[in-house]
Amino acid sequence: MATQMTLNVNGKAQTVTVDDPQMPLLYALRNDLGLHGPRFGCGLGQCGACTVNIDGKAMRSCQFPLAKAAGTKIVTLEGLGSSADPHPLQKAFIAEQAVQCGYCINGMIMQAKALLDTNRHPSDEQIKQALAHNLCRCGTHVRIVRAVKRAAAEMA
Amino acid sequence: MLNQTLSRRDFLKTGGSLVVTFSLSGLAPGVSAQSATVAKTVASDAVDGFVAIGADGSVSIYSGKVDLGTGVRTAVTQIAADELDVPFARVKVIQGDTMLTPDQGPTYGSLSIQIGGMQIRQACATARAALVAEAAKRLNSAPGDVATQDGMCVAKGQRIAYNELIGNKEFQLKVDPKASLKDPAKYQVVGQSVPRLDIPAKVTGEFQYMQDFRLPGMLHGRVIRPAGVRSELISYDDSLAQKIPGYVQIIRKDNYLAVVATSEWAAIRASRAVKAKWSKWEGLPDRKNLWEYVRKTKINKDEDLQKVGNSADALKNGAKKVGATYDFAIHTHGSIGPSCAVAEWKDGKVTCWSASQATHLLRKQMAQMLQMKEQDIRCLYIDGSGCYGRNGHEDAAADAVLIAKEVGKPVRVQWMRADEHGWDPKGPPTLIDYRGALDAKGNIAAWESEVYIPDRPPQIQVTLIAADLAGLPKEPAHPGNIHQALAIPYTVPNIKATAHWLAETPLKPSWIRTPGRMQNTFGNECFMDEMALAAGVDPVEFRLRHLNDKRGIECLERAAKLADWTPRKSRPEYSGDIAYGRGVSYIKYELVRTYVAVVANVEVNRKTGKIRVTKFHVAHDCGQIINPDGLKNQIEGNVVQTVSRTLIEELKFDRSMVTSLDWKSYPILTFPDVPEVAMDLIDRPNEKPWGAGEPTAAVVPSAISNAVFDALGIRLRSVPFTPDKVLAALKTV
Repeated sequence: MATQMTLNVNGKAQTVTVDDPQMPLLYALRNDLGLHGPRFGCGLGQCGACTVNIDGKAMRSCQFPLAKAAGTKIVTLEGLGSSADPHPLQKAFIAEQAVQCGYCINGMIMQAKALLDTNRHPSDEQIKQALAHNLCRCGTHVRIVRAVKRAAAEMA
Repeated sequence: MLNQTLSRRDFLKTGGSLVVTFSLSGLAPGVSAQSATVAKTVASDAVDGFVAIGADGSVSIYSGKVDLGTGVRTAVTQIAADELDVPFARVKVIQGDTMLTPDQGPTYGSLSIQIGGMQIRQACATARAALVAEAAKRLNSAPGDVATQDGMCVAKGQRIAYNELIGNKEFQLKVDPKASLKDPAKYQVVGQSVPRLDIPAKVTGEFQYMQDFRLPGMLHGRVIRPAGVRSELISYDDSLAQKIPGYVQIIRKDNYLAVVATSEWAAIRASRAVKAKWSKWEGLPDRKNLWEYVRKTKINKDEDLQKVGNSADALKNGAKKVGATYDFAIHTHGSIGPSCAVAEWKDGKVTCWSASQATHLLRKQMAQMLQMKEQDIRCLYIDGSGCYGRNGHEDAAADAVLIAKEVGKPVRVQWMRADEHGWDPKGPPTLIDYRGALDAKGNIAAWESEVYIPDRPPQIQVTLIAADLAGLPKEPAHPGNIHQALAIPYTVPNIKATAHWLAETPLKPSWIRTPGRMQNTFGNECFMDEMALAAGVDPVEFRLRHLNDKRGIECLERAAKLADWTPRKSRPEYSGDIAYGRGVSYIKYELVRTYVAVVANVEVNRKTGKIRVTKFHVAHDCGQIINPDGLKNQIEGNVVQTVSRTLIEELKFDRSMVTSLDWKSYPILTFPDVPEVAMDLIDRPNEKPWGAGEPTAAVVPSAISNAVFDALGIRLRSVPFTPDKVLAALKTV
């Protein structure tokens, strides 16, 4: 039976209709709420393209059942900023041109956000370790590390 | 002459919205094959095929080549803005739409700028000349006295805007191959690191990828894949799927099985709930004996790819002889976003949105599959996840078209991870034998190579899986021009490079970044080092001795300088667990274009066998550079992706199916192992711009192998260079 559920996404309460409470949060964000930040990459929690922040932690939304999302605060890439008013991380990725196809970039930024929330001055090695489970196939890694460093400097 | 009719107006009403649609704001393209009223020419010899100037002065550029995440959209905008003399911000590029863009060939082979961009540059130059001629008439000047700037023609202190001359009208001109191009010294945006147009939207979630595209009333499809590559469907049972809310139906055509649902999650659940029984099929070779299998595969034909002098005699008479065999594993494209497409049927016509690198070719293949006329099919490109060649995008498109036809509603098919890893076509296994001889002076007297690669059908295209499984008309799979770059870019008196075109290969082949050129250059440039060793000459010096090409010599010398290259003898031996080495490699791409020379630095752990590539030094000459930062981004990507392929990637399979179905079973390089990349870009503004999307990747595996030899004296001749191979090789020294 379909039920209604309220999600707190990017500071707003949003209602979604749920057929299956085990449905990963990713599908609610993308299909019910029309968000494009979190991306489907593997559905297995292996690549990081679907990363969102839940109660301040970087989580893989493809592995996060909707049932557990009630009462949490969810922030997606859209919740950080927009092209008109970008978050320092988004600004830094633009400044460093740290994108090729860009499909993985949502995860890179959301994971980096969680890192910078707890470590304001990460070293290159710490950035690389924090992003070690986020996959990029285009080979944009060198720029991504530079972008996170740049954002850290700006936010410090 | 400029045509003064208004026949374009209707079209531009539609086309204008398309420009917006495909710009970065990412609104859904609502225009389907049925709704356009006036056909725009897509002729690749017509100015109007490529260029349209609107009544408001906006410029639309129609490009058959698409931006696969490489920055081509921005680069083409730069090229067009400069050649037309219009402000950069006024140019919009529309890509890969069979109804609107000329067929410029698939977006592959590092040809988007070199071929696609130059066709557009020539069309723009022709357009500008026509605008100047028309302005000269109106301003009572000689064309030679009319200058162009900021979208205006200027003469005798008077100015007239392009849109006053041509706005919303057709040029009705053939592209003039002799239309004079601007003096490169006068370029304002070409040669500049213009920020990429798509990045702000991509880092904020505003960008619309193919995977984000939706149509009203759209259903979701998922394909249920066979248990073995050629397994047959015996039976299926969807009774459990029927209990899932949103489940619509199952579709079976021969061995093609798919479910359709009203929501994406319901389609995924249904695909898992269906019980399908497949016949047992074990036709794949034993992976443990892959190279034996390749060597014993029936040869369809032999082809000499390069023949100079008499290598057989020179080998016999050589002072010193060297021989070796190299192999290169099967690789998958590994797009981070699995392939996705949406299709809609209306009145017997079909519109298909996908991230295909080849919308025109895809349309041709769809027409064949569906036995339809090409003009009744429209294929549109929307940026997807990077594909690095012919991955699954076209197959997902065929899935969507087939399923949408059955259900009579628009259908979106999103491949799952296992679909992409398991069913996208693969870079085929490559085996190469080498024989060489040195003369008494230590120069190469003879060079022979033989590569074993799957044969090419006449047409370059890859079988659509849907057509194959559903028993519909299909074409054989072409592996791409994987014979390229077996020929060597060195001056050697006796050369024979031969391709053995094989009758079969284990998995359906296709081109994957730097197809064949990577494998062949791996063998060539490692064997070059083997010859240098036999000659007792430093590898950089040895290459320079055999180079008779000014630009090539400069490129190699600049790489050596960038890396501060020193001969091995002058460096210390390493006694601890970690050994350090450096390796060089060089290519003149396909012997006719982009030069790349690299030096790799590696660390090898003697105990674990693990190789770390710490730094790549790249000297790169692709002629005129359109966007230096975009070029750097591409070179970095080439290096990092190919370090991954070289060190760890190998597709696994059993006798039935691919078993590397996710990122655990097919790992790729991650942040902690990514090398630093230093670059020396050699800009030649007065030369033609050549490709840069893949040449650098060609030299990466050999540079690493040569560096490992430098470190430890072991020659890695089999990609990937896994720790077990390193440890096994260490036992032999």
